[in-house]
Amino acid sequence: MPKRQKVLVLYLKFPSLEAEVISWATFDGTGQKLHMTGDSDEPPYPTGLDALLDGWRLFQSSQAIPEHPGDEFRTSYLKHEFFFEKIEEGDF
Amino acid sequence: MVQLLSTEQMAEFANSGCLFFDGLIDNETNKEFLNDIGHTDIENVDNMQKYFQNIKASSSIPRIPAGTPLKNAYPHKSPLEKIFQNEVVAGAINSLVGSEAVVDHQFLHLTFPTKYFKKTNQRQMSQVNHQDSTIDPRITFDIQLFYFPTDVTKEMGGTRYHPGTHLRIVNEMGIAKYQNIKGQKNIVCKAGTIGIFHNGLWHGAGVNFSDEIRYMFKVRLQPTEKQELLWDPEKKYKPLPNKALYWTDENQEKTVNDILMKSYPWQEADTNRLDKINTIKFWRMLTGHKNLDIDYWLTRIENELY
Repeated sequence: MPKRQKVLVLYLKFPSLEAEVISWATFDGTGQKLHMTGDSDEPPYPTGLDALLDGWRLFQSSQAIPEHPGDEFRTSYLKHEFFFEKIEEGDF
Repeated sequence: MVQLLSTEQMAEFANSGCLFFDGLIDNETNKEFLNDIGHTDIENVDNMQKYFQNIKASSSIPRIPAGTPLKNAYPHKSPLEKIFQNEVVAGAINSLVGSEAVVDHQFLHLTFPTKYFKKTNQRQMSQVNHQDSTIDPRITFDIQLFYFPTDVTKEMGGTRYHPGTHLRIVNEMGIAKYQNIKGQKNIVCKAGTIGIFHNGLWHGAGVNFSDEIRYMFKVRLQPTEKQELLWDPEKKYKPLPNKALYWTDENQEKTVNDILMKSYPWQEADTNRLDKINTIKFWRMLTGHKNLDIDYWLTRIENELY
C-alpha cells in the first residue's frame, strides 16, 4: 500500500511539550484535506503532549539559541517550534 | 476641525498595532466609491486582471508617485478625498504620522468569491500571514489605512490580523508557516469602516465564501516628522507613578498603563515579557518621556551600576 506523510507543526508557549499550543499548521500529504492559513481558530490539541497521545510522532524541535549580545530585547519569530508526523497507508 | 486621537486610543494602537472606526464613512460616499470603480456582480466578471485594469483606467483613483504628500494626492471632490478629509480619519492620521505625511503606495484589494474560482477552474486559497513590506527595524513607523466600502460578513473572509504582533521584527513572508495563531481576528464590519494598522502588524486576506466581490482600499502613509505627542499638542500627558507589583486591587479602575500592558494568547511565556518591554520603549518614543516605565520592566534592567 502506498504511504503518505501528514505533518503537524505546533508552536508552544514555552519549550516543553507540556506547554499550551499558541500557533499551528497542518499539511496533509494524503490529499484528504486542504489546509490553509486562517482555517481554524482553535488549536487541534491543547498541548504538545496531547498530540503525542493521539499518535503524532515528534521529529524536530527548535533549539534554544542564546540572544545575540546587543539584541537581547529584539522580538521576532515564534520560538518554540515542534514538527510532528503521521504516516498513513491507503489507496491515494 | 480634525478630531485627534485620545491618549487611550493611542495606547490601544501602541499595544495592539491597530485601530478601527466602524461604519465611519457615510453610505453616500461608499456608493460613490463603488460607482466610481465600476462595481458589478461577479457574473459579469470573466477575468480578475481585466476587471482590475478597467478600474485603473476608468476610476478617479489617480496614479500617485511614491512620496507624494497626502494632502495633494486625491482629486478634488473625489470619494477618496472626502474619506481623507473626514475629521476622524484626518485626526487619526495627524495623530499617528502627522499632517505632512506622504503616500508610500495605495492598492485596491479585490477578493473574488468561490463561484469565480469554480468558473475559472482555479484553487481558492487564503493569503498567507505576512508583514509589509520588508525587515523594518525602525522606531519610526508607517500606517496602513484600510477602507471597506461594503459590509464585510464573516463568510467574505475579511482581512485576518494578529493584534500585538506589530513590534516583532520579521522578514515579510517569513511568518507564512504560521497557518493559525491563537487570538487571530478577521475583520467583520459595516460598510464605511476604516482600519488603521501599524506597518508591522501581521496579517493576510481570508477566503471569500460569499457570492459578492470583497473590496478593501489600502493606503500606506509615511511620516515626515517625529511622531512625538502628535495627538497631544498641548503636552498634557503625564506618566503614571509606579505601583506595587503583584499587588492586585479589584476595585482599581483601568488605566492607560493597563491598556499598554495587555497580553495576547499567542505570546510565548518568555517573549511576552520582551513584547511588554518593547511596547514601553514604543510609548517612550510616542510620548517623549525617555525615562517612563510601566511595572518596573525597564527600570529593573536599566539599573546598571558597573
